[in-house]
Amino acid sequence: MIVIDYDKILSNKIKNIKPSGIRKFFDIAGTMEGVISLGVGEPDFNTPWVIRKAAINVLERKHIVYGPNKGLAPLRKAISDKINKKHKVEYDPDSEIIVTVGGSEAIDLALRGIIDPGDEVLVVEPCFVCYAPLIELSGGVAVPVPTRLENNFKLTVEDLKDKITPRTKMLILPFPNNPTGAVMTKKDLEPIAELLRDTDIMVLSDEIYSELTYGMRHFSIIELEGMRERTIYVNGFSKAYAMTGWRLGYVSAPEPIITQISKIHQYGIMCSPYISQNAAIEALTSCDKEVTKMVDEYNTRRKYLVSEFNRLGLTCFDPEGAFYVFPCIKSTSLTSDEFCERLLYEEKVAAVPGSAFGASGEGYMRISYAYSLKHLMEAMSRIEKFLKKLEAEKK
Amino acid sequence: MKNKIISILQQNARISNTALGEMLGISPEAAEAEIKKLEDDGVIRGYSVIIDEDKYDRSTVHATIELKVTPQRDCGFNDIAKTIMMYDEVESVSLMSSGAYDLAVEVKGADLKDVAFFVSERLATIEGILSTSTHFILKKYKEKGIFIDGEEQDERGLG
Repeated sequence: MIVIDYDKILSNKIKNIKPSGIRKFFDIAGTMEGVISLGVGEPDFNTPWVIRKAAINVLERKHIVYGPNKGLAPLRKAISDKINKKHKVEYDPDSEIIVTVGGSEAIDLALRGIIDPGDEVLVVEPCFVCYAPLIELSGGVAVPVPTRLENNFKLTVEDLKDKITPRTKMLILPFPNNPTGAVMTKKDLEPIAELLRDTDIMVLSDEIYSELTYGMRHFSIIELEGMRERTIYVNGFSKAYAMTGWRLGYVSAPEPIITQISKIHQYGIMCSPYISQNAAIEALTSCDKEVTKMVDEYNTRRKYLVSEFNRLGLTCFDPEGAFYVFPCIKSTSLTSDEFCERLLYEEKVAAVPGSAFGASGEGYMRISYAYSLKHLMEAMSRIEKFLKKLEAEKK
Repeated sequence: MKNKIISILQQNARISNTALGEMLGISPEAAEAEIKKLEDDGVIRGYSVIIDEDKYDRSTVHATIELKVTPQRDCGFNDIAKTIMMYDEVESVSLMSSGAYDLAVEVKGADLKDVAFFVSERLATIEGILSTSTHFILKKYKEKGIFIDGEEQDERGLG
């Protein structure tokens, strides 16, 4: 029998990458009966019918081919028009946009295109789990920049200033934010832009939740003077159009950057899924009404959850974007991990511990409201029961 | 505000004033007042319950009956519709734009015979009714936006 020590074969770089903290927890939940989850990061709505219909038409009538590396020309044109309409910023469809396999690939391209070994990347935390591992895979060093409840989880210049070193290559700006739901307004972004203008630091602006804002229009850093030139803009179809399974996103940036990173896409991916790309044209050109409807429904759930958590004594910041609330559980004297584990075992509610999104997420939990009101109301009644129990234990 | 309240109540009419208020960003008292106003204005006519008949009581049968009717002088279809809706067995009466029939009537009975008797003895004998066509309902999958059977499992991961 041949015994192979795979540990010796595997790359050290990959072995050192930590698995996602979200996953570990939900593997347990998966084995239990009657668990009500608040964990998902994707819409509960189905993809609007006109988009699905467009895909069906392609399947019926077209030859399903690779397509151009950077994406179908009409889709790149539609993306360029969309950004221009939203932000009054122009990107050339031919040379400044790549259609990617989800926002995730777009993030990966941006990081790999910019980072050389030892380069530092500032990561605004709490944040989605993919940035630090992808930075490490590129040989870079992730430098967390914590945001705080006192600042409504917004990034401030003070937070940023002392993290910048001569090795700082990039700042990841993930707003509207997963998991906090925080947004950055024009006023919030101006001082950040002011600070960055005198540097060579690039911004990776991950705006995947940009369509999901409540009571305000999303503002992008690319709108500020001099920032289009130093920003890699990432967006996608998953959250806005409920198209997660279609795996489609995009990255836009100045031509020299796109020219270089399109090589990574070209060799690693070849091109994004042809059927999805055709459907996405429909999404961009005729689904504004559907998006508004979904946002309206999310907003009702958001208001309900924020009030409920505050009523139950868990301070809950009023998020203005994405589909998460991020209540503070410090008053229970439990850590996020302990709180979520007990909530799962004792009341069968699965939520993600804030610590999964970076050290600054400790003391919070992420609650997704990509669920029906009925589902959320059941979950809240269980959480209320759990909190009463904790209260009783204290006495 | 009105549309939002109706849409929430259509999903769950038993929602508490507190929860409703939280969803609308108003106080429980204000939520209660809004509902009261919709009731007073006659927008909300009542609250019902959607049940899975299979689980509740297997002996109940439902049928949709298509009626072809001669419109009456002066009052059109209203008079006949009002006569029909007085029966306890009748759950709904709607005037249709179809050319094939005029009134759609939903009827509930203890069994097939019960419904058949009601149609032939009560409905068909009303003056002005030209013909009836009875369709028995075998199974309900969804009613008033609520899934009764066949709801898809949540297969979402954790993204």
